[in-house]
Amino acid sequence: MQVYLPIAEMTVNAVLVLAMGGLVGFLSGLFGVGGGFLMTPLLIFIGVPPAVAVGTQANQLVAASVSGVLAHWRRQNVDVKMGVVMMIGGNVGTALGVWLFGILQDLGQIDVVISLFYVVILGSVGGLMLVESARALWRVRRAGPSRRKLHQHIWIHGLPFKMRFPRSKLYVSALAPLGIGVVGGVLVAIMGIGGGFLLVPAMIYLLGMPTALVAGTSLFQIIFTTATATLLQAATNHTVDVLLALLLLVGGVIGAQFGTRVSSRLRGEWVRLLLALVVVAVAGKLAVDMILTPDDLYSITTREPS
Amino acid sequence: MRRWAVASMVAVGVMLAGWMARAETLVADLSSHLIAITTGFTGTEVVLFGAVEQPGDIAVVVTGPRADVVVRRKARTVGIWLNRDSLAFQQVPGFYMLATNRPLDRLLPEPVLERHEIGLNNMALVPSHKATLERPGAEIAEYREALIRNKQKLELYPTALGQVAFLGQHLFRTNVYFPANVPTGVYTVSVYLIRDGDVVSAQTTPLVVSKVGFSAEIFEFAQRQSLVYGLAAVMGAITAGWLAGAVFRRV
Repeated sequence: MQVYLPIAEMTVNAVLVLAMGGLVGFLSGLFGVGGGFLMTPLLIFIGVPPAVAVGTQANQLVAASVSGVLAHWRRQNVDVKMGVVMMIGGNVGTALGVWLFGILQDLGQIDVVISLFYVVILGSVGGLMLVESARALWRVRRAGPSRRKLHQHIWIHGLPFKMRFPRSKLYVSALAPLGIGVVGGVLVAIMGIGGGFLLVPAMIYLLGMPTALVAGTSLFQIIFTTATATLLQAATNHTVDVLLALLLLVGGVIGAQFGTRVSSRLRGEWVRLLLALVVVAVAGKLAVDMILTPDDLYSITTREPS
Repeated sequence: MRRWAVASMVAVGVMLAGWMARAETLVADLSSHLIAITTGFTGTEVVLFGAVEQPGDIAVVVTGPRADVVVRRKARTVGIWLNRDSLAFQQVPGFYMLATNRPLDRLLPEPVLERHEIGLNNMALVPSHKATLERPGAEIAEYREALIRNKQKLELYPTALGQVAFLGQHLFRTNVYFPANVPTGVYTVSVYLIRDGDVVSAQTTPLVVSKVGFSAEIFEFAQRQSLVYGLAAVMGAITAGWLAGAVFRRV
């Protein structure tokens, strides 16, 4: 069934888009991440303009993180205070990112910047995850889990404006969650991802938050940054396609249910190793595309008659 | 150049004289003057038909709405391919199709094709003023070729020459195919009647490509009240997420 997308101005196969949403939803349910990092490249691959892919993805992620946060909320696994501080930074970052996006689009460099962000960030995070999970698997085979130090003192703890976060039992500088939020916000606007896979490790290793609270709190924060990104992209760049978002959402919700079920049967280390492999593969594919000589050195952009 | 200009002026004079002697009647029309892009739009075909009083050759040119186009050229920089150079063309047709009843080289001499902008090679593509002064002609030609090649890849400049079919000596018809990604706007369909190596009569008909129905409403909403549209998109997503979470909690 063919559907004409009014904002992307192209016809897509609805079944294909639903299936893509389902596949990414399955993986996000399996790995417990938003899956935006897979969806944006897939959308660009089927011919959706990068700007529309990123804007629409932000809209779809609002829904995905709302449904995701509900489960955590019921179990009280959300540190609202921490989430709000991160959200303030997140909104600043999103605004910054949307503004940058517009400039880069005018310069004709947005495609390569999106690719570069993916390669650098996915490549490094995926690589670290790969090493970490492989090491964890190796350790499990050889001996029992080693005990980690309870509290490590790093440069983060030297920052001013300290604030108490009772839910996380932390006393850290407000600048740290604020800064993490800013980075997350920029990623939402430029890459069309929630940034969970970057926020989660940052919250664990940099802030020292309890692992149980991390997923819920990052999702809580992502709702607001993706909502801001949707609003700004819609208002300034007109790049949010609600019809495309709806198709992705339906596929994603169904896929996520299956993913969650399979996930409960797999061991944590294996899940992380698989996720790391997928992330590294996506980054590798994009890196190769940037290095290989393109079929046509020339590309065209039609300027909107103003 | 000048000689050609004089020659063509003479030709126009002769043509006008001929015109007065016996009016060259050419009538043509389209099966539809509106292409409606609905939610299920996958491309469409429009039939152009017409009649001529005296036998002759026919060329049909369909031109889409014009907009400025930037052509960018990639170059390898620190190992990766980046857009390094660009050239803007003004008023580039968003769609261009040509149909004739015989091959172009047997239809009209080059200068006449050029004058009427018949065929992709003769289409006027004007680079921005600055570029014409600064850049060598060969480079501009390369960008021009790239522009046409990319439009062809998008099926907006069909590569194959369309066929005008004559039914007897007076009636003719041709099919114009519009792919799913046609730009919206006002198109011009020009029909040229050709005899003895010159255009003796021409007729222009407008054609409108427009989004209608649901997809048009979404597009209008997103353009006119973009902030409200964004808010609606966010609210919709929150509701959908909430519903999904609530429904699947039970399953």
